[in-house]
Amino acid sequence: MDLFNILLEPLSYDFMVRAIVTTALAAIVCAVLSCWLVLIGWSLMGDAVSHAVLPGVVLAYIVGAPFALGALVFALIAVTLIGVVRNTSRVKEDAAIGIVFTSLFALGLVLISVTPSQTDLNHIIFGNLLGVSIPDLIQVLVLGVVAFTILILKRRDLTLYAFDPTHAHAIGLSPKRLGALLLGLLALTSVVALQTVGVVLVVAMLIIPGATAYLLTDRFSRMLVIAPVISAVCSIAGIYLSYYLDTASGAMVVLTQGAAFAAVYLFSPRQGLIGTRLAKARRKKAVALAA
Amino acid sequence: MSNPAILVENVTVHYGDVLALDAASLSLEPARICGLVGMNGSGKSTLFKAIMGMIKPDAGRVLINGEPPAKARKEGGIGYVPQSEDVDWQFPLSVRDVVMMGRYGHQGFTRRPSKADRAAVDLALDRVELSEFANRQIGQLSGGQKKRAFVARGIAQGATMMLLDEPFAGVDKRSETTITRLLKELASDGCTILISTHDLHALPQLCDEAVLLMRRVLMHGPPEVVLQPEHLAMAFGLDVLNRDLPDPDLNDRDLPGLTVSNPQGRS
Repeated sequence: MDLFNILLEPLSYDFMVRAIVTTALAAIVCAVLSCWLVLIGWSLMGDAVSHAVLPGVVLAYIVGAPFALGALVFALIAVTLIGVVRNTSRVKEDAAIGIVFTSLFALGLVLISVTPSQTDLNHIIFGNLLGVSIPDLIQVLVLGVVAFTILILKRRDLTLYAFDPTHAHAIGLSPKRLGALLLGLLALTSVVALQTVGVVLVVAMLIIPGATAYLLTDRFSRMLVIAPVISAVCSIAGIYLSYYLDTASGAMVVLTQGAAFAAVYLFSPRQGLIGTRLAKARRKKAVALAA
Repeated sequence: MSNPAILVENVTVHYGDVLALDAASLSLEPARICGLVGMNGSGKSTLFKAIMGMIKPDAGRVLINGEPPAKARKEGGIGYVPQSEDVDWQFPLSVRDVVMMGRYGHQGFTRRPSKADRAAVDLALDRVELSEFANRQIGQLSGGQKKRAFVARGIAQGATMMLLDEPFAGVDKRSETTITRLLKELASDGCTILISTHDLHALPQLCDEAVLLMRRVLMHGPPEVVLQPEHLAMAFGLDVLNRDLPDPDLNDRDLPGLTVSNPQGRS
């Protein structure tokens, strides 16, 4: 079987096409957002919000409301609770985050266990890439496009917020509002990625691409291109691998992204552990040859 | 009658139970360079935040050119140069990117830079002599160049008032001279400059006036007067040493961070 057939064969199944489109979409939106998350140091917050939206999604399912609405409400509740616990007790922020998001996640699991039609909701936890329906795809498409568009249009403000919120304030912008916008988009993006890799692994899509791109460039504008490209390529590669190796698709997507990070971590010419040494050795050799 | 560039009237700020500013008052005329002197915990950063309107005072008010700070912010009048520890120097931005952030207040919804914005940034970079480093990542500048990059941001912004937080920390002698000259030029163009520092030796050459802060404004006058040892002793709490201390507890509470007279106060 030649390469062409290897790539083409899975596409003869509709469910694979839907899986690939959904994953690529989610991967791109998550990757763009991840650029800010890793720079602000919000990785743990990403973890927290993506887990904490679970009860919101379940409740939305029960009452028949859009998942995104439930997710937004619970993202807001989670962030508020974290702030309250941190500011009004001696508990530090990381502990506050840990307490709030695990409790909300557990609440979500409890709600799932008492809600009929369990199969549907269990997919939220581990993702159900190969079972993406047309309505699912449309939801991911709409939410993904909305989140992506806002992120790109407001990218300069968000970067300013990440870099120097005091200056943002000094020139009349509201750091609070920009932070809230970013959190809202985080909740929205979590819903997009739920479908693909599930609540448990969303955080991987929200951190790994940005961190990988950060090791490759010194320009934020380039990070915003590198991260989604790497993320999309890895995700699609992950799906193909899961198809041929017959493994869990969502987990395979995350594993592929992790592998890409490892490769960059080791071999990046700027920051990589081995890459920088190789570059140094090459320079030395060039100097030796010239002499 | 013209309004003072910065008017701080009886501003009191608490953080929880801690009193950070106690009815501090200060009036600064336009185009002056003023050094704000005080030890750590004397309320310098709090005063900056109050002037920028980042915290709402419990009492008193701040006026910028006779207007509330919110208006001055909207007009882009307030430039801010952060202290080094507050900046993520690994952040993937070039010097030009950072200076361009000064223009955001003048730009539309997506902050797309116009020709005028680019020209303003080039001019500002040229003014602080960083044109040749414009495309460097900000962390790859020397201590003094980093400060100048942020001053350039204020220039590109068109700030009529600049607040600098510890601009001489981690800056070598030559850069210090360059920054001093630059700030004097800006002041002669009409920019009001407030510098917070506990580095005293640079002040007399630079400042038109100096303010001693110890949660209140203890003294405000020409630097050579304010910086006299007996006056400095007031702000840095050393005079307390030479007097009878009726109640060491009281002393401890009144002067947080005073480590000389009360080693237990060291945290």
